[in-house]
Amino acid sequence: MSAGLLYALAGGVLFTLGMHALIVHPHLLRKILGFNVMGSGVFLVLVGLAQRGGAADPVAQAMVLTGIVVAVSVTALSCILMRRLFALERTTTLDEQD
Amino acid sequence: MSGSGPVTGKALRHLVAVASLLFALTLGWVMIDLPTPAAGLSDMVERRLGDSGVRHAVTAVLLNFRGYDTLLEIAVLLLAVLGMLALRHSDEDTMQAPAAAPDPLLAAMTHVLVPLLVVVAGYLLWAGAHRAGGAFQAGALLAAAGVLLQLGDRPLPVLPARALQRTGLFLGFAVFLAIALGAFLGGGALLQYPRAWAGELILLVESTLSLSIGLILLSLFCGSPARERP
Repeated sequence: MSAGLLYALAGGVLFTLGMHALIVHPHLLRKILGFNVMGSGVFLVLVGLAQRGGAADPVAQAMVLTGIVVAVSVTALSCILMRRLFALERTTTLDEQD
Repeated sequence: MSGSGPVTGKALRHLVAVASLLFALTLGWVMIDLPTPAAGLSDMVERRLGDSGVRHAVTAVLLNFRGYDTLLEIAVLLLAVLGMLALRHSDEDTMQAPAAAPDPLLAAMTHVLVPLLVVVAGYLLWAGAHRAGGAFQAGALLAAAGVLLQLGDRPLPVLPARALQRTGLFLGFAVFLAIALGAFLGGGALLQYPRAWAGELILLVESTLSLSIGLILLSLFCGSPARERP
């Protein structure tokens, strides 16, 4: 098993953990964090699978670099949306208790 | 979900946990099962590196071979900022500066770290042409310097005017798009730099990109890019 494959497998575990948190936790901040962990898992899978042969693939690295910046901005926007929701509705969950 | 008591909720959680475990195992099995000599693009990048205008493969992919992705990425960043600006029509939920006197330790650290961060950002930007580094790392460092200033209750003094700040947000995208369109109108494909000028154009795009990325990330952090301070 190469180091690249190990990274990819760890990325798969991270993705699953994040997905689980996204489904299970009602609090929006936890959902955002879970979504972030999912994204980091995807990045690890991309970079890890691309360098199983030994040398790193610059194309995959560039894609992940792009993805990281997008993920940061998406996280910021979701945090702002969450704060807006809290300011308007005084709630931090999407529960519909009806 | 109406009528879901605590027992159903617990059962549902167990179901989700088991499903996640199965998903992880399947994912791992699929990745182990992949054929090892994957058809990568490294060879193609290595062969055409001389045409790109830079000597580092990742920078060449980001700014030249796959410049389209980077252009769309900065567009996505701008969309995030626009979304933030659209949501900001009251000050009730924007970050308020700490009212107390600034922490002397934080102030001293800011004095040391901010110039250092700016210098390192400049170095990373320059180094991107031949080794690891580039616009994104430089932009992230600039944003970190801005965040530090904000937390130390010394918000950026260099961009007082609202219009100037908005211009800074859009500068990277505008310059990148102008160069891409210029290549297109000059007879080439979109984003196809003239080979003799590729290095200089990439440096220009990267410089404006790092400035804009730094400002965008900082604005997203503050939630309000042009808050008038008393």
